[in-house]
Amino acid sequence: MDSSRRSVLKFFGLTALGLAAKPVFNAFAGEHGKSAMHFEKGAEALKAKQWAMVIDTRKFESPDELEPIIEACNKAHNIPRFENKNHEIKWIWETEYHNAFPQMPNRFLSEEAEQRPYLVLCNHCENPPCCRACPTQATFKRESDGIVIMDFHRCIGCRFCMAACPFGSRSFNFRDPRPFIPELNHDYPTRMKGVVEKCNFCAERLAKGLEPACVEASGGAIVFGDLYDPESEVRKLLRENYTIRRKQSLGTEPCVYYIV
Amino acid sequence: MLELAVKGDKKYWAWIVALLAVIGGAFLLYLWQLKFGLGITGMSRDVSWGFYIANFTYLVGVAAGGVMVVLPYYLHDYKAYGRITVLGEFLAIGAIVMCLLFIIVDLGQPMRILNVWLYPTPHSVLFWDTIVLNGYLFLNLVVGWNVLEAERNNVHYQSWLKPFIYISIPWAVSIHTVTAYLYCGLPGRGFWLTAILAPRFLASAFAAGPALLILLCLFVRKISSFDPGREQIQALAKTVAYAICVNVFFFLCEVFVAFYSNIPEHMDHLKYLFAGLHGHGLLVPWMWASLLLMVVGIIMTVNPATRKNETTLAWACVVIIVGTWIDKGLGMISGGFVPNPLHEINEYAPTLPEIGITIGVYAAGALVLTILYKIAVGVKEEVRA
Amino acid sequence: MNDKKYILGGLLIFIVLFAFPFWFNLGKAAPAPKPVLSEKAKAAGKCVMPTEFMRAEHMKLLGIWRRSVVRHAKREFINPEGKQYTMSLQNTCLNCHDNKAQFCDKCHNYASVDVYCWDCHIDKSKGEE
Repeated sequence: MDSSRRSVLKFFGLTALGLAAKPVFNAFAGEHGKSAMHFEKGAEALKAKQWAMVIDTRKFESPDELEPIIEACNKAHNIPRFENKNHEIKWIWETEYHNAFPQMPNRFLSEEAEQRPYLVLCNHCENPPCCRACPTQATFKRESDGIVIMDFHRCIGCRFCMAACPFGSRSFNFRDPRPFIPELNHDYPTRMKGVVEKCNFCAERLAKGLEPACVEASGGAIVFGDLYDPESEVRKLLRENYTIRRKQSLGTEPCVYYIV
Repeated sequence: MLELAVKGDKKYWAWIVALLAVIGGAFLLYLWQLKFGLGITGMSRDVSWGFYIANFTYLVGVAAGGVMVVLPYYLHDYKAYGRITVLGEFLAIGAIVMCLLFIIVDLGQPMRILNVWLYPTPHSVLFWDTIVLNGYLFLNLVVGWNVLEAERNNVHYQSWLKPFIYISIPWAVSIHTVTAYLYCGLPGRGFWLTAILAPRFLASAFAAGPALLILLCLFVRKISSFDPGREQIQALAKTVAYAICVNVFFFLCEVFVAFYSNIPEHMDHLKYLFAGLHGHGLLVPWMWASLLLMVVGIIMTVNPATRKNETTLAWACVVIIVGTWIDKGLGMISGGFVPNPLHEINEYAPTLPEIGITIGVYAAGALVLTILYKIAVGVKEEVRA
Repeated sequence: MNDKKYILGGLLIFIVLFAFPFWFNLGKAAPAPKPVLSEKAKAAGKCVMPTEFMRAEHMKLLGIWRRSVVRHAKREFINPEGKQYTMSLQNTCLNCHDNKAQFCDKCHNYASVDVYCWDCHIDKSKGEE
């Protein structure tokens, strides 16, 4: 029995203690122990043990080239745009080499590499410190595909995860974001004030068999795939190129790799 | 015993009404924060904890400091403290109430606070923090109240209290240890990532808590016929002297490790706090003031002449309270967030509404403390009459 | 004790004041509203579960949907008849019930139920928020 069905049964098992709830229990669990309703992954959903991303930074020369990639994400996920920098929400954004990799401040770095723009986003770490910190499991590492995801319904807004993230990947809704969304995407929810948010590796697109919005918009510069499938394109790139990750020494095992 | 809290003179009631007025005003500000969101504070994406959590951290220390009278009395049978243990315990209660309020006002979705217990998460330090803080509140309420009531009735306190009393001693250490673990277990925050953070928190707690207690004792003596006692105050002063010395020593240990190892991640935060980084140095004067105050505090409490004179001792306590408050309340939290994980600098300063809400929480704590102390002092006066 | 009349009088005043909402609203109860089905919903004929069930348990079902989608990455719902739906308040429920004001809000308002669904989920029928 899978875990979602188990939680359903647990939930109604408790209420079913009262006889009044019996018909309800039957509707959820089915008569004679046979399942009456169940939940599945969509047939076209993309599956992986651990999603990972390889960003070929050599393919970007100026921040303008990153603009459409970031914009694709912002649009897909209803990211607001605030005048006040304190309230900023960022899922994927552009930064400089020494900000992305502050622990690798090589001197006299190749000018070309140093001046390139770098994309940063949630690393969907294999050992995510944010999930360790969260007191309600509102942010958690999804067992099915390793995405570090948020349950916005459960987040109490304590911001412990923001302190725990060594990559500055998390944003907090300091106010209601809805009035500040330039163009509302009606197929995706917004967030409410008082919760933390961050990149979700486009879990909603993967479920429909689509690659993440940034990958799609990158024209091949960003590759997405299963880290544990030796045949995946991600693994192929990792085999063939020297890659680095942000703050590898912290042991969080980031799943976003950079070819520099 | 509650009836003792409603028998007071005009000054007492004026103070209560004043506190209620402050609480009421701050509550309106809090309603605004609830409606608008935490955007009315100075916090940001980079400095995601601010004044509320900093004051929370400081007050956990004050609460833990109460153990400095409980421990000698119950564990070492230091009889003199018998007169004032309840003052230490009641101070702890007031401080914990403020801690819990600070946590609540800091939450983005306070209505969901029970999610912490609805989905218990042992791998989260915050989960443990809620347990130790509420446990400590409970222990002090039970012990303080019952021991005081026994004193009033002129009997020995109930024997079943003993285990609670003994548990409350390590528990006091635990509240500040767990609170330090909130910060020091986070990878990538070089300023906090130090095994000495919990000991350092405790050292500053055992200086600030008893220092506040000395001031309260002096105040109680002034306004009532109950004298907490010169010997007691002097003993507390020695605790303060040791603790503030250890606190500054621990700080210097941090400075040594950061700068001798020369590791940028560890140095940068200290540089930001004491010298400014890349032209940003909002806290520099504050941090130097804090260090100066703590050093003055050491001189005044270690030097017998100034320690034994209760007027200079009172000033020493004020100096130490302000010094440790700046250290923990201003530097410790924002210092850890600046520079941010991408090594960018976004400074933090609390906004007026944020300060207003903070004052309101302090007023609420003062109200709890006033009522509890009124009761305690009333009982003491009664017993000695 | 001669305070009897004061105590009883005081109690009476307390009870009267305490019961204010009851006697003030006596006989003024508005009739319970009926949710209005949109054309689309009428055309579909049935919901993801039988009407009776939905009426009583929709909030629990939504809670289970949300847990399945967010926490278990399972976004497809198969009802007892074997019919499959994508679990989405915004994109499945509101697709049929494209009259949120008439279908959801009317009853919620009447029952004074303040749901926070719409803080995040978008009512598409309104076009623009």
